[in-house]
Amino acid sequence: MDTISPKGLYDSRYEHDSCGVGFVVNIKGCSTHTIISQGIQVLENLTHRGATGCDPETGDGAGMLVQIPHEFFAQEAENLEFDLPDPGAYAVGMVFLPQKARDRRACMKHLEKAVADHSQTFLGWREVPHDSSALGWLARENEPVIFQAFIKREQGLDVEGFERRLLVIRKVVERTIRESDLAGRAQFYIASLSARTLCYKGLMLAPQMSRYYADLSEERFVSAFALVHQRYSTNTLPTWRLAQPFRFLAHNGEINTLRGNINMMACREQRIQSTLFGEDIRKLAPILTPDVSDSAMFDNALEMFVRGGRSIAHAMMMMIPEPWSRHESMSDEKKAFYEYHACLMEPWDGPASIAFTDGIRIGAVLDRNGLRPSRYWVIEDEAGPGPYVVMASEVGVLDVPQEKIVKKGRLEPGRMFLVDTQEGRIVADEELKEHVIGMRPYRSWLNRHRVTLSRDRSQGERIREKASLLERQQVFGYTQEDLDILVAPMAEVGEDPVGSMGNDTPLAVLSERPQLLFNYFKQLFAQVTNPPIDPIREDIVMSLETTIGRERNVLDETPGHCQQLRLLSPIVTDAQLEFIKKLDKPGIKPAVISTLFPAKEGPRALDTALARICAEASTAIADGATILILSDRGVDREHAPIPSLLATGAVHHHLVREHSRTDCGLVVESGEPREVMHFALLTGYGAGAVNPYVAFESIYELILKGALEVESPAKAIANYIKAIEKGLLKTMSKIGISTQHSYRSAQIFEAVGLSAALVEQCFTGTVSRVEGIGVAEVAREALMRHAMAYSGQSRHRPALDPGGQYRWRERGERHQYTPEAIALLQHATRTNDGEKYKRFAALINDRARSLGMLRGLLKFKERKPIPLKRVEPASEIVKRFCTGAMSFGSISKEAHETIAIAMNRLGGRSNTGEGGEDPQRFKRDHHGDLRRSAIKQVASGRFGVTNEYLVNSDELQIKMAQGAKPGEGGQLPGHKVFDEIAKVRYSMPGVELISPPPHHDIYSIEDLAQLIHDLKNANVHGNVSVKLVAEVGVGTIAAGVSKGKADLVLISGHDGGTGASPLSSIKHAGLPWELGLAETQQVLVENNLRSRIRVQTDGQLKTGRDLAIAALLGADEFGFATAPLIVCGCVMMRKCHLNTCPVGIATQDPELRRKYSGRPEYLVNYFHFVAEDLRAIMAQLGFRTLDQMVGRADILEFDPLPEHWKARTLDFSGVLAVPKPWKGETRYHSKRQDHGIEKALDHVIMERAYPAVEYKAPVRFEQRIRNIHRTVGTMLSSELTRRHTLGMYTGSLAEDTVWIDCKGCAGQSFGAFAVKGVTLNIEGEANDYLGKGLSGAKIIVKAPPECPCVPEQNILIGNVALYGATSGECYCRGVAGERFCVRNSGAWAVVEGVGDHGCEYMTGGRVAVLGKTGRNFAAGMSGGIAFVYDEDGTFPAHCNRGMVDLAPLHRDSLPELRSMLERHVKYTGSPVAEGILKNWHDAQGKFVRVMPRDYARVLAQRKGSQAAEIVHVAK
Amino acid sequence: MWPNKEKGFMAFRREVPPNPPVGERVKSFEEFIQSFPEDKTREQAYRCMNCGVPFCHWACPLGNQVPDFNDALKNGNWREALAILHSTNNFPEFTGRVCPALCEASCVLGMHEPAVAIEYLEREIADRGWREGWIRPEPPEVRSGKSVAVVGSGPAGLAAAQQLNRAGHTVTVFERDDEPGGLLMYGIPNFKLDKGIVRRRVDQLKAEGVEFRCGVFVGKNVPASALDEYDAVLLTVGSTEARKLDIPGSDLAGIHLAMDFLPQQTRRLLNKELPGPPIAAAGKNVVVIGGGDTGSDCVGTALRQGAKQVYSLEILPRPPAQRDDTMLWPSWPFILRTSSSHEEGGVREWSVLTKEFLGANGKLTGLRGVQVEWPKDPETGRPAMREIPDSEFTIACELVLLAMGFLHPEHGAVIGSLGLELDDRGNIKTNAGYQTSREGVFAAGDGRRGQSLVVWAIQEGREAARCIDVALTGSSDLPSRDSYGYEAVDIGA
Repeated sequence: MDTISPKGLYDSRYEHDSCGVGFVVNIKGCSTHTIISQGIQVLENLTHRGATGCDPETGDGAGMLVQIPHEFFAQEAENLEFDLPDPGAYAVGMVFLPQKARDRRACMKHLEKAVADHSQTFLGWREVPHDSSALGWLARENEPVIFQAFIKREQGLDVEGFERRLLVIRKVVERTIRESDLAGRAQFYIASLSARTLCYKGLMLAPQMSRYYADLSEERFVSAFALVHQRYSTNTLPTWRLAQPFRFLAHNGEINTLRGNINMMACREQRIQSTLFGEDIRKLAPILTPDVSDSAMFDNALEMFVRGGRSIAHAMMMMIPEPWSRHESMSDEKKAFYEYHACLMEPWDGPASIAFTDGIRIGAVLDRNGLRPSRYWVIEDEAGPGPYVVMASEVGVLDVPQEKIVKKGRLEPGRMFLVDTQEGRIVADEELKEHVIGMRPYRSWLNRHRVTLSRDRSQGERIREKASLLERQQVFGYTQEDLDILVAPMAEVGEDPVGSMGNDTPLAVLSERPQLLFNYFKQLFAQVTNPPIDPIREDIVMSLETTIGRERNVLDETPGHCQQLRLLSPIVTDAQLEFIKKLDKPGIKPAVISTLFPAKEGPRALDTALARICAEASTAIADGATILILSDRGVDREHAPIPSLLATGAVHHHLVREHSRTDCGLVVESGEPREVMHFALLTGYGAGAVNPYVAFESIYELILKGALEVESPAKAIANYIKAIEKGLLKTMSKIGISTQHSYRSAQIFEAVGLSAALVEQCFTGTVSRVEGIGVAEVAREALMRHAMAYSGQSRHRPALDPGGQYRWRERGERHQYTPEAIALLQHATRTNDGEKYKRFAALINDRARSLGMLRGLLKFKERKPIPLKRVEPASEIVKRFCTGAMSFGSISKEAHETIAIAMNRLGGRSNTGEGGEDPQRFKRDHHGDLRRSAIKQVASGRFGVTNEYLVNSDELQIKMAQGAKPGEGGQLPGHKVFDEIAKVRYSMPGVELISPPPHHDIYSIEDLAQLIHDLKNANVHGNVSVKLVAEVGVGTIAAGVSKGKADLVLISGHDGGTGASPLSSIKHAGLPWELGLAETQQVLVENNLRSRIRVQTDGQLKTGRDLAIAALLGADEFGFATAPLIVCGCVMMRKCHLNTCPVGIATQDPELRRKYSGRPEYLVNYFHFVAEDLRAIMAQLGFRTLDQMVGRADILEFDPLPEHWKARTLDFSGVLAVPKPWKGETRYHSKRQDHGIEKALDHVIMERAYPAVEYKAPVRFEQRIRNIHRTVGTMLSSELTRRHTLGMYTGSLAEDTVWIDCKGCAGQSFGAFAVKGVTLNIEGEANDYLGKGLSGAKIIVKAPPECPCVPEQNILIGNVALYGATSGECYCRGVAGERFCVRNSGAWAVVEGVGDHGCEYMTGGRVAVLGKTGRNFAAGMSGGIAFVYDEDGTFPAHCNRGMVDLAPLHRDSLPELRSMLERHVKYTGSPVAEGILKNWHDAQGKFVRVMPRDYARVLAQRKGSQAAEIVHVAK
Repeated sequence: MWPNKEKGFMAFRREVPPNPPVGERVKSFEEFIQSFPEDKTREQAYRCMNCGVPFCHWACPLGNQVPDFNDALKNGNWREALAILHSTNNFPEFTGRVCPALCEASCVLGMHEPAVAIEYLEREIADRGWREGWIRPEPPEVRSGKSVAVVGSGPAGLAAAQQLNRAGHTVTVFERDDEPGGLLMYGIPNFKLDKGIVRRRVDQLKAEGVEFRCGVFVGKNVPASALDEYDAVLLTVGSTEARKLDIPGSDLAGIHLAMDFLPQQTRRLLNKELPGPPIAAAGKNVVVIGGGDTGSDCVGTALRQGAKQVYSLEILPRPPAQRDDTMLWPSWPFILRTSSSHEEGGVREWSVLTKEFLGANGKLTGLRGVQVEWPKDPETGRPAMREIPDSEFTIACELVLLAMGFLHPEHGAVIGSLGLELDDRGNIKTNAGYQTSREGVFAAGDGRRGQSLVVWAIQEGREAARCIDVALTGSSDLPSRDSYGYEAVDIGA
């Protein structure tokens, strides 16, 4: 019962989890029961980071890892009538057993036997006392029977040896039971088995822990530490074993590279040797337990490394290395350590805060990008058992008298924190790592044995081939577009080219044209459960460097381990490849395998060829080759190339299956790859390097033709490689992976339209859910291209295939929006001609069928029709219509307002898009029309997201991803930021605006729940929606979103339009909504989360039929974007990104805007046509209301296209699965979410602030706060905005109208969206997101006077403070965490030190940092000014100067900086600021002014208005 | 310095080289069109916006890849532009001169501004190709051993002949006139399409191996059975049965069909014998009945011949000057068009029905007409003609040229001999593969689809050639308008 079997599109593999994590440890190793109760307290105070599912009493899991309390067990053992030996001489196992007695006994027997088999003594069992009534009903139904097993150590074995033996025993038992036929085998689980540690955990909420496990309340139950974890999972079905901690660690975050790690570990375990384990080592396989979470597998690997002889710190450094390759100040020894270990294993990459312990040492490590919060206190306790440390995802989780806290710290990116209880001290990161890296002469080993490929990009001598370039281009399927649109721009400017208006071409499997195998894959991307990375602004963590060659025994370290080839980039030139081919060094030996097959022998020859290359690979390895080069050089009339991805995947997985994959590196020499996606796929399926020789030759050809403007061919090649590299970094960063090394073979793709057999053979482990083509069809496509090159055809076509993917061509790929369709739609809506609409719909519906949308392969079943008049009226249906998120900025004011007016007239909802909205639109205009958008979007840039904006909405949409470019940020170049746009975005005209790829307040699912909570507080009357993009696993994310209390989830199709997006994203990321929606519906219904959330879908919806299918697959509501634009006059120029829209829609150019011809009436006509179209289908299917129709996928049936040679291989049964709703639940939205808003502290605050709320009268009072009080001050602020109509044009409250003196630890999002007139004065400290979206309020934070920590050396506020602030002030008497003032566009802040990425993406406001900054300060900062007090001159090295200049203080800045410091002193009494002011003249010289170049330029241009801006704060 | 390729349309306005002044050009029957210097021509190419959905490309019956040849021009790559043109169009120098440019009517830029000068650019590219010697005979490498007879050498016949020949078949073209070209040769006046241009294209075909047999009127002076020896026959006989005006006085001397009048002028120019008594407009009042392209050609020719006055009568009402709701972009707009011939003189009358020709001594002296209106028929919703009472008028004239269009191909000759089925409009009936009711006999062009444009004729010829190739060999490498041809390739075992 523990896991559920896949049905429909749901698979438990897609589940994600995240959470709160923490520990309490006595530094001196003194065991007390206090530690246990403190652990429980920590857990309870992290409860809000966990979640519950449909049963509010059943949590997702909580647990605690502690030391074995010997005294306690000694006494227990007496009762149980066996004797316990001394501590360390026995182990305790925490064992979950099946409920059924017979199965349970069998499991126990297996364990007892394994113990005996490994010469240890089984002492006895203890049933763990528990109170099941503490659990929720769902947890209870699946509750295992929990016993503790006691095992006595063999004489003569030391504790380490004993632990190793215990590991072997556990692995053997796990495997025996997993492979047995016991009915209850899935419930069997060993939570811990060690002589040192013990784990109590289960499917519960933190407060249930101590009630359930009576042991935890026993005074004798003692430990020197307690490591705790509260889980938030996207699924709700019960999984006791996935509760954390595991045996060594608790993890908050996600491992993105898991698939590759699993495959590679499987190979490594075959080669593993250990003198410590001896022969027993073979019993450890599989090292990674199948079908468990990423965290659990990480734990497995860590355990193996530690038991295999490495220290836990060493193992951690190997698995989660710091970002070393571009570190400006890292020592060479440390770099050598990381470089060496890169030869041993790829990193496990992803956001991670991991707390770990080996029973003696306990510590924590943070991923390279610092994406999870970890705060700690060091506390003196002279009266008690000694100093202790509390570390957790939040600060304030333990009530500790402030006067005892001697250090307040945070874990920094890539850093480790360790308490050694044996040595009785904290070991600092540097010391810890110095020790590890000093153990071996890594640098000299590397120098002697590793070969580095030179950076030289010169191409060398051209390799002549028999076939002409044109023939080869045709054989490899080049089109005119590949050259014009992809290769040429890359070679010219070195950028991945950009396009717009989404994708309306068929999926590869539905295309009638031969498609490259690459096109059957879709990139996966991060949304919600982990953040994408910004590969440009945060390039310090990114790396393309890899090594290839033979890996050795991963448990050992010898000089030979680094006999590998180091590549600085996976793209190699012809000359570089020649170098590789000629390598002949000890341990480095290449072998070339030809991937051609005889064309004349037809499709079956491909199968034979695959078998041949796999066999040749095995032979080559046996002969000592360590680098296999798969080459398709030499195509001609007789020889066709195996598609390079097929060859790569086939060989890679063949070697994985043979467990010899880690014996060699793979290099692909192919004429086929040319665009970013191709390289991503080749490396994603195992290639270490790729040589795209036809792409290179094509560039030479383009130069000869005069089609390229470049200074030299060499420059063109370099540009092209640079473009591909940038694109690769972007593709990796989309899923949150930072290094090519861990991206390689991580298989971050979903296949669409490939048969299970083909996937199993060549792409094992890749998800492919609708079946599709096999090797025969792939061969047919390859041969069609080959035949095209060598038949007479080419004589009549001097040019290449026109392509037609990116622009419509008669002879190219089919599109939904043909000229005819566009014309019909426009004519129909302009003349209100229903007949024309019907012709349009017929064209689209027919084209959908024959030309490639998945819904074209579905048909309605015959049902008893009802009269049309009984169907709910169109006026009701249109209320379910929304328009897409198109920002004012991406489209013109005219177009934006036309859409808003039309939707308001209809009662539907339009969407602001990312970019704010002019408050003038919040009132009706003189025609009585409302121009405001009902949906206000909250995207990662937070442009214009003010309290006023939020209050004036009906729905707040959190954009997690966007169909055309999921996982990516965006940017509005300065020349597009016109006055009006700048005004609503709270920025300066002409200054570039960057939207970061992630929301910096959403790195995981519990963060999203927090933002939903924030927005709900900001507008208690509005709904909160979350926009996701369809990809595999989107359903489980939607489940997490529903548990996070969103009111609506939008599943966007991949094909939606866009203003600007890299073509590789438009084409290759995301999935059709049909798959995403069906999965979402199935998962929500199965998990009993559907009734409480509305589901919306969008993506190329055009006709009533589209809507009917969407409804039947589970959509309550429908979004449209491209169609309304076409109605408004769009002709699919696909030039939105150029500001040259000739119909005045996607442009801000006044001249072009005059050409705009759209009107609200046209849109009203269109939506009525669509609604009536839908009603007709409803009548035909016998549905009176849409609610009845939602989720009835059983009304649909698969309608295959037997005549289509590719589509006939599809199978839709998964899509059409219809799970049964739980009792009392519906398939459609029917209930409201319980937001728990009534429990907010703001209710108390608002009552106390009553005079201000009612009469704007000033009020000041004191308020106790704790970390569990989240989003304080927000509801108050919104109430003030609403009551007193505060806003951009309507004025604000007087300063300090409401002054609250807060005492204690502020919870997350303290002061979010707080408005001017509100002053929040914290005496204590603050967690993450302080002052998020600050809208004018003043926030003061200082430590209580009794705290002995030196404020400027201790952390005071958490990460991501003042994110998206638009105005206001903030004074922090202490250090802030990472990303202080990220995307600040107007707040003025003073702080005494910041972590990494300070002032990132800032566009306005002022920041004064009176202490140290972390790395990457000012990355992407385009506006505002920062002043950094740089006492020791180290700041410049920490600053990312990509967009800013550093200079001494400018005369103009002096008054404003001075006034900021004076206010800082006034509010916080800071001696630091006071000292600077006292010594003002000298101190000035130590300030560095960080000035964005763009901003300086614009300021210079508009000198007059600069003064105006200064006045704004000087007041 | 060239602007950004994407913004050329904002930098340049539409310009085409102005024609010489009317007074000058009516003195001669020579082609009078002009060219810009190269850079100025490129500027016009820069106005192309390279649309994501190019409506021009869609509106062109040939599917000319307008944005692509414009892009090549932007790069200064004329030869590539020519290759792109030829990949969809055998004879861009013809369509560059005599096409009404459906592409320009659908040009996206044309929505709010003057369209891109696509036709001019097409002509410039083609002319340059000839000038530079880039256009050369392309005989097939291998002969298929199959033979095809093409009856009629108008644009459809020529296009088909060239395609079939390039596919390796041995092609013989039968032309009843003394020189190949059909309407291109004798229908369209020389001042609109210089006959040297037609001849050099025919010469290219000859050099590629196409055999022309002129003066052969199949079904008349040579029996249709002569076609039996060919593996396939393609009829591209045109739509030459002119619509007549059967009203009182229509037998008077001085009333002629346009197609009796226009070829004579070309023959004179080429110093050829006239087939019948000369028809001359010099010094006469001339009435041209029919306001279409042929009528316009009559006006220009009559004016050049020295007519005293030329009237152009059209039965339909005067079209609006601008698009209205019934012809929204990108549909073809039925708006008032003024050809170069109309510019040259004459009087245009609309909504006029000719009731009677007046004469004396068997000779035409004038005509009597009446004004009509076209109210919507309440039943059908279509406009129906109604005479306006008391609106009769007369025009004195000595020459009437009937240019009221063509009904269908002549049924007598080859069509009758082969006994081919006709469709309900009297055109040759074919299946989707251009095959007539008789196996192995195909038809294309105006004779099949009814009177139409040169561009359609070329398109029909190309597609028919491909169908014939398939019929003869089982597959075809010849291109088709809407498919790149992957479905046709042979992938072996």
